[in-house]
Amino acid sequence: MIVIDGVTKSYGSTVVVDDVSLVLPRGGVTAVIGPNGAGKSTLLSIVGRLLAPDRGSVTVDGMDVVSTPSRDLARRLAILRQDTHLSVRVTVRELVAFGRFPHSRGRLSADDNAAVAEAIAFLELEPYAERYLDQLSGGQRQRAFVAMTLAQRTDYVLLDEPLASLDMRHSAAMMRLLHRMASELGRTVVVVIHDINFASWHADRIVAMRDGRVVADGPPTDIVEGAVLSDVFDTPVDVHEVAGKRLGVYFG
Amino acid sequence: MSVVELLVPNRRPDIRGGPTAPWPGGHGDRRTRRVLLVLLAVALAVVAAFMLLGVRGSWAFALELRATKVAAMVVVAAAVGTSTVLFQTITTNRILTPSIMGFDALYVLIQSAAVYWLGGLEVSRVRPEVRFAVETAAMVGFALVLHRLLFGSTGRDLHAVVLAGVVCGTLFASGSDLVGRLIDPNEFVVLADRLFASVNTVREELLALSAVVVAGGAGLAWRGRRQLDVVALGRETALGLGVDHRRVVTAQLVLVAVLVAVPTALVGPVTFLGLLTANLARQLTGTSRHAVVLPAATLLGVIALVGGQLVLERLLGFGTALGIVVNLVGGLYFLVLLMKEGRR
Repeated sequence: MIVIDGVTKSYGSTVVVDDVSLVLPRGGVTAVIGPNGAGKSTLLSIVGRLLAPDRGSVTVDGMDVVSTPSRDLARRLAILRQDTHLSVRVTVRELVAFGRFPHSRGRLSADDNAAVAEAIAFLELEPYAERYLDQLSGGQRQRAFVAMTLAQRTDYVLLDEPLASLDMRHSAAMMRLLHRMASELGRTVVVVIHDINFASWHADRIVAMRDGRVVADGPPTDIVEGAVLSDVFDTPVDVHEVAGKRLGVYFG
Repeated sequence: MSVVELLVPNRRPDIRGGPTAPWPGGHGDRRTRRVLLVLLAVALAVVAAFMLLGVRGSWAFALELRATKVAAMVVVAAAVGTSTVLFQTITTNRILTPSIMGFDALYVLIQSAAVYWLGGLEVSRVRPEVRFAVETAAMVGFALVLHRLLFGSTGRDLHAVVLAGVVCGTLFASGSDLVGRLIDPNEFVVLADRLFASVNTVREELLALSAVVVAGGAGLAWRGRRQLDVVALGRETALGLGVDHRRVVTAQLVLVAVLVAVPTALVGPVTFLGLLTANLARQLTGTSRHAVVLPAATLLGVIALVGGQLVLERLLGFGTALGIVVNLVGGLYFLVLLMKEGRR
């Protein structure tokens, strides 16, 4: 269980995350949605201890993310940021193997290699496993990074905009994969998403943020409502039911 | 495109590379191992040639003299190679070297200031170990200031940091220039003697101490090689993988400062050597793994220094100082990197 308690973060006089309290129970896919600058990524970074909050605390299964040794946390929680630029040249397999670092400290056992192979297979990266990252397309690179987080085999997986550079096929595949990670492997997946319809279709729970605050929180059926979304995104959104799922239309 | 982006040697895909062994059980990576073995063989050949070619008169005397030089060059190669690789890893940048960030210039300034304030005679009278300790302490202090700039809570923009480093370097260099003008000409001779990199003026009294310090430093870097591989992925990825990034980076930066102080104290500033060896090491071995790059950079440094000295002494008849050759070759390599990037 992730417990976020009164977390505030500001840059200068701009409050980016404003006194957010939220409980994310174990299991399922939680999508964090909201307009640009709502504080979604900042909140995710604070939960993943990449940023220290100004006020408030975050615990993961009772471990405070600020005071718990980074390595202990890395075996419980994996985080993938949106900006994945690398200055070193590594192959896909090497990158995915880094996901085992919290467990292996760099000496790969047979177990570690199995986890690496499994993650590579999960993301359909086998044909590119020995390629260098700079030889891949943006989408393939993105999947390689997700594979690294997957290889970490943590109970909690936080992903910041994992669909950012994926095409339709791979976006849908990624969301199905995240859902399988939650349902089959029992992981707790928290994902920042731009597209409300991917959230509506695949997530078990949606957290909507605006101006650094959580403004709505619940199952997709509650959140994907014209009035709620129009308010969150400050733009008119019509909600229609398609194939038993609710989709927002906001192109007009 | 900014200058810095232009300078980053983002190499083209290497199709000849072939499959690499899974990290980091990759002792089996055949190409990498072959490159390391070839480098070792070349380094040994160059050292042997330097030791044995053209001995006239007493063999014992010649060998002892040359052995001292070789030992100094090996120590310098290890120190420069290791410190540059570490520095590039913690800054996740391929063109930054401690010398571009003003470390060398600081050393020169310390020397100049010491001669100016205390007088050449006094400075010469200070025990070399003491001088070494003071200089190293100053370098470590500068490294920690730089650390605040690099990883302080506010500005982590790399371009700003590079600029700050270059400005610091220029400031230090101008300070040394100023001192050079104010100083008594006789004192200046003492100073000049300290500032030209040359293995012919190895401070022998420092050799043993330097060797111990560098061996210790290289050993520490080697012990942390797997963690350094993760640090090279960048702060956030490293943190996510459970590396205490701030602590590791601080420790490595102190190590870099010590390793920069050693070669400058031993033979004088050797500016471009690090840039050359660290980048060539990655290029030739086709990997960024520290287990490979650290020894490769050291071996390349030995080849460049001993080979350069061999050419100087046997072919050019001591016509010029080694530092000039290193800067010439390093500068040319730097230009090649620039032009390769510019053509894309």
